[in-house]
Amino acid sequence: MRRIVAWGVIGLLEIGLPTPGQAQTVDDRFKDTLSLDRPQFPSTYRRRSNPPVLIRNATVMTATGAELRGASVLFQDGKIVSVGEVANPPSGTVVVDGTGKFVTPGLIDTHSHVGVYPAPGTSAQSDGNEATNPNTAEVWAEHSFWPHDPQIPLAIAGGVTTAQILPGSANLFGGRSVVVRLVPARAVQEMKFPGAPYGVKMACGENPKRVYQSRGPSTAMGNMAGYRAGYIQAEEYRRRWDKWLKERKGDPPGRDLKLETLAGVLRGEIFVQNHCYRGDEMAQMLDLAQEFGFKIRSFHHGIEAYKVADLLAKAGTAASIWSDWGGFKMEAYDQILENLALITQAGVRAVLHTDSPDGIQRMNQDAAKAMYAGNRAGIPVTRDQAIRWVTANPAWALGIDQLTGTIETGKMADAVLWSGDPFSVYSKAEKVWNEGWLVFDRLDKSRQYKTDFNLGQTDPGVGR
Amino acid sequence: MNRQWVFVAATAALVVAQPLAGQTIAVTGGTVFPVSGPKIDRGTVVMVNGKITAVGANIAVPSGATIVDATGKWVTPGLIHAGANAGTGVAGLGGYGERSVSGEVNPSFNLADGIDPAAITVPVARTGGVTTGVLTPDGPFIPGTAVVVDFAGDRVDQMMVRSPAALIIDLSDGSKGAGGGARAGTIARLKRLFADALEYDRRRLEYKRGSTQALSAPAAELEALLPALRGTMPVVITANRRIDIENALMLGRVYRLKVVLSGAIEGWQVASAIAAAGVPVIMEPNRDIPSFDGLGARLDNVTLLRQAGIRVVIAQGDAGGERSLRYAAGNAVRNGTSWDDALKMVTIWPAEAYGLSQYGSLAPGKVANVVVWSGDPFEFSSAAEKVFIRGQDTSLRTREHELRDRYRTLPPPR
Repeated sequence: MRRIVAWGVIGLLEIGLPTPGQAQTVDDRFKDTLSLDRPQFPSTYRRRSNPPVLIRNATVMTATGAELRGASVLFQDGKIVSVGEVANPPSGTVVVDGTGKFVTPGLIDTHSHVGVYPAPGTSAQSDGNEATNPNTAEVWAEHSFWPHDPQIPLAIAGGVTTAQILPGSANLFGGRSVVVRLVPARAVQEMKFPGAPYGVKMACGENPKRVYQSRGPSTAMGNMAGYRAGYIQAEEYRRRWDKWLKERKGDPPGRDLKLETLAGVLRGEIFVQNHCYRGDEMAQMLDLAQEFGFKIRSFHHGIEAYKVADLLAKAGTAASIWSDWGGFKMEAYDQILENLALITQAGVRAVLHTDSPDGIQRMNQDAAKAMYAGNRAGIPVTRDQAIRWVTANPAWALGIDQLTGTIETGKMADAVLWSGDPFSVYSKAEKVWNEGWLVFDRLDKSRQYKTDFNLGQTDPGVGR
Repeated sequence: MNRQWVFVAATAALVVAQPLAGQTIAVTGGTVFPVSGPKIDRGTVVMVNGKITAVGANIAVPSGATIVDATGKWVTPGLIHAGANAGTGVAGLGGYGERSVSGEVNPSFNLADGIDPAAITVPVARTGGVTTGVLTPDGPFIPGTAVVVDFAGDRVDQMMVRSPAALIIDLSDGSKGAGGGARAGTIARLKRLFADALEYDRRRLEYKRGSTQALSAPAAELEALLPALRGTMPVVITANRRIDIENALMLGRVYRLKVVLSGAIEGWQVASAIAAAGVPVIMEPNRDIPSFDGLGARLDNVTLLRQAGIRVVIAQGDAGGERSLRYAAGNAVRNGTSWDDALKMVTIWPAEAYGLSQYGSLAPGKVANVVVWSGDPFEFSSAAEKVFIRGQDTSLRTREHELRDRYRTLPPPR
């Protein structure tokens, strides 16, 4: 008994459970319910209360078609309450002079491993790939997420307000993603975007084949057989559960986290976020989706999206891609600078993603590269279309486009004030608001968030 | 494509590094940034037989010269990438790289014999205005020697500028294995190698007779260290943590090496020591993510080193390739460096660091590597419109353009 108590103390210290003696009973609301009916790692994110903010006389890139010059934007209670002319701001409004500056929506990255592959890169915290089975649909990226990753404040300083954190691409089914708001937090729950649907990471191509070379899948056809086997099981699981949930009679079927996630895809509740480089593989994945009756929300790393842009447009599938990365492996060989421009022209929801803790700091620059590359090649891309690559379109790919991703009345006050044109190499995010909370101010050191990891060792001048 | 360029398109496929006899080109009317002197409005650059013969505002165009009208354009020296890959295999494509060999003591490894002049990455580098690259071996501890090439030519010997150009040594975390698992071990092993190389050099006859004690590397490797130890070849030392930088400077002092630092993530903490040693530093301006190799990573590192008087060389390595070098320079400006200095960081200072006196500026007698830009070379809105290498107009058509044009309309024409 003494030993058990000792263990208990250590455990409590380490994982912060309530101490013995405190109520451990389940909330009465959930008495006699299944675990399935209870909250599953719910978001505890809460908007910070902040005074209203008025940005005056800025160029506002709304991501809704208009670029407004000499315009004002008013935030109140975490919402954008007016755009354009603002006559009488409420008392207590913080006024920001936007003269010569630009306002965009907060940037959104559909593809990040910040927090699950944190800095410093150590094997101890290399938590992005559960590379133990080709199908690990049961794992959730949020359970790997370290909120003290010093890459988080760097991304915030780049104007990013929301990101989808994905498991890696070792597996056919890598697990669930989590959409997080980039705000200071002690635990991932405090960052989880309320209401954002889950995604499931699927991976085509070289990575699963390489990782599972000896046990399989070791070929592209092996990959496809693996996806189909997963969804065949999920169909059966879903039927069994849907029947039971309707009748609620007799013993419920056993829970299987892997199949729960895949059944969620079949029900349309969980979005497929599909790592897939090659055009021919995207065409096959669209057929797979048709076979099982689901939608692929977005392809990721779609190096060859431009080859099948018509198919993507028809399927209503977005493509999350880079501006100029390529050539680093065989499936990335046919990368072209005009990829984003060409698929935009073809009517695809085009998304600029980063997959990189460096790239996420400069998403505006990559959008600029791709916009100008398109224009130089005679593929017209407007500034509004290009800013949508990093705002409204990723919001759609994550299912949060009703809430954020544009500067318009009623949307969350997720916004960036840029020192100049965000499509210039010389411009910087000067202020970043996350639902009205000033989470970064380049001109005010007290508004430059540092994670626990930063303290006392990475700060300039500290401890040196 | 501007009309005045049309005559070039017909001959664009012809890429020849070695100058054709008697070829004279005058780039006229552009804003010229010679680097070696102040900006010249409506300036002229004259190239004859692969060399620059005149640069200035009131230059008479030689009769018979091909005139390239650069009115409204910006004219700079060709950019020099100090950590280039183009022509040395596909980065990351397993088994198709040419930049590393197994083992950790490879000073004799010179990647010149593995360069592919026809690699698709070579014209891509040119589209970013990069005319010259320091092709650098990759790997822990002593991965080999770098070579300098111009990015034009049908054969390696036509591309070659200098081989070997610099010994590469790596003191970062990745090299600890070579020292038995700790930094101090890496330094000790390096000192022993240097001592053995000098010993070998003093006692060659005894070595041949087998009457020296066992040396810590084969003779060919020790031999390859000697130009560096004699101070005739630069030594590029990758060092990120403050102690690694201090060790690199110490090695330079003790062995009288011509040190070029590379990486220098925590360089800002010891900027005055680096400046006092007169050592140039190759840096990536966007490197700000802390690691245990450099916890003090910060975005304004380039600026702080420059403020200390150090000659910084920019070399950004990312999957965007050499063409992204100009954006790295732009980011240095974004983070506080002056525009003029940033241009030096991709032209004259890399040339100086590698002892390439004929490169890096627009001045009479220099190699005619000249780029005509549509505007500010560091901006995304600008492009390299003409890239002259050794006085020859080079093609800016890449395989990417072939793919783009095939898929402009879907489904592609069959």
